[in-house]
Amino acid sequence: MFAINPFAAISASIPPAAMQGFVLVMVALVVVGTLFDIIHKGSAKYFFDNMGKSKAKGSADVNVVGIAVQTAVVDVLASGEFCNTRRRIAHLLTMYGFIFYVVSTVVLVFSHPTSSAAGFWPQLWWIGGAMVLVGGYWFWFFIRVDVAAEGGAALRVMHADLFVLSLIASVTLGLLWAWLGGFILFALYIVATAILFGGVPWSKFAHMFFKPAAAFEKRVSEANGTHQNLPTLTRDDPKQRERHSMELLKDAPMDMGLGIKREPPRHY
Amino acid sequence: MPTFVYMTRCDGCGHCVDICPSDIMHIDKTYRRAYNIEPNMCWECYSCVKACPQNAIDMRGYADFAPLGHSVRVQRDEKKGTIAWKIKFRNGTEKNFLSPITTKPWGQYIPKLAEVPPPSKEMRDSQLLYNEPKWIRMDDGGLHTLEAAGLKLKKGVYY
Repeated sequence: MFAINPFAAISASIPPAAMQGFVLVMVALVVVGTLFDIIHKGSAKYFFDNMGKSKAKGSADVNVVGIAVQTAVVDVLASGEFCNTRRRIAHLLTMYGFIFYVVSTVVLVFSHPTSSAAGFWPQLWWIGGAMVLVGGYWFWFFIRVDVAAEGGAALRVMHADLFVLSLIASVTLGLLWAWLGGFILFALYIVATAILFGGVPWSKFAHMFFKPAAAFEKRVSEANGTHQNLPTLTRDDPKQRERHSMELLKDAPMDMGLGIKREPPRHY
Repeated sequence: MPTFVYMTRCDGCGHCVDICPSDIMHIDKTYRRAYNIEPNMCWECYSCVKACPQNAIDMRGYADFAPLGHSVRVQRDEKKGTIAWKIKFRNGTEKNFLSPITTKPWGQYIPKLAEVPPPSKEMRDSQLLYNEPKWIRMDDGGLHTLEAAGLKLKKGVYY
């Protein structure tokens, strides 16, 4: 089952050109949706205005290439912005799973539309899908922001859930269809996928573009000394350790432990 | 100055909800980000500002004495045991402060008060409070004054 190209099985009833056309339409929807989102929300304008302000206030020269590499490696590839480990693992699973799943889908549909054997691509498709499901369901049922304490039902679905739910639905239905077959599952899979990619202007899908931009801006502000206007004094500076206000910490260890992070928030 | 949340920085972790003594930091049901539901009832203790791991909470000055253009930002560094404040006045004056928030590693020196023997009648009748004079170091060279410590009281705030 895992070594067979699922799209080859349906190529008898749906021509490969139609499947390839659908994939191209989805790509176009993401591009158009993201551009619409950027223009509608003014996020790119805000980003560049903020960068300009930070640059004008900054005192140090900034190595933009180095920061871009750091952002790509730490914040993008390793999801370094998460301070909650469980969320970070769930995000890594979902992100890499989605990349494997989408890339292998494109390869299967375009390079092997009618052949059942397609090398390792079907296995990668299954592995990617399984990773999305593990990360996605773990996130949805256990680690998403808890609003139950606000009196709402724990599983209340709303606009903000459009991205994650359409992603989980698309992958779940895709894998179910590949396992069980049948036209109904395939139709539902296509509908969920269309909602996932077509809903870009209304969902969180575009975060893959604006989150790295925000992380980059944060790193630039740290490098140029503006630090998003945050205080910069620390005990690492020997001069600060000599301050009168720091007398009580003169002999204290430099690592005092986790503090408030020793226990996770429980909302009351 | 009551607090407010930059919703783009908040990730909904809930530390501010847990720590708010006035119970006014809540998670928005639609956007799943924290917000101050009633700034009028804010005690202005800044517990949420200090607890936020994303530095997503700031203070909003009242317009009559802190009009637009000022800023108060805080960085609580638990690992180092310090808190730093950066205050920018409207005229461009900037003040930076650094103070301890603990003097010992977190959670390792919690006094076991349940194991302390109950006070005797003599101790109860005494004017001294629990652990005095030990904790005010009266038994270690008398009363500790600025003069005894070689310090001088200066006018104003100095660091």
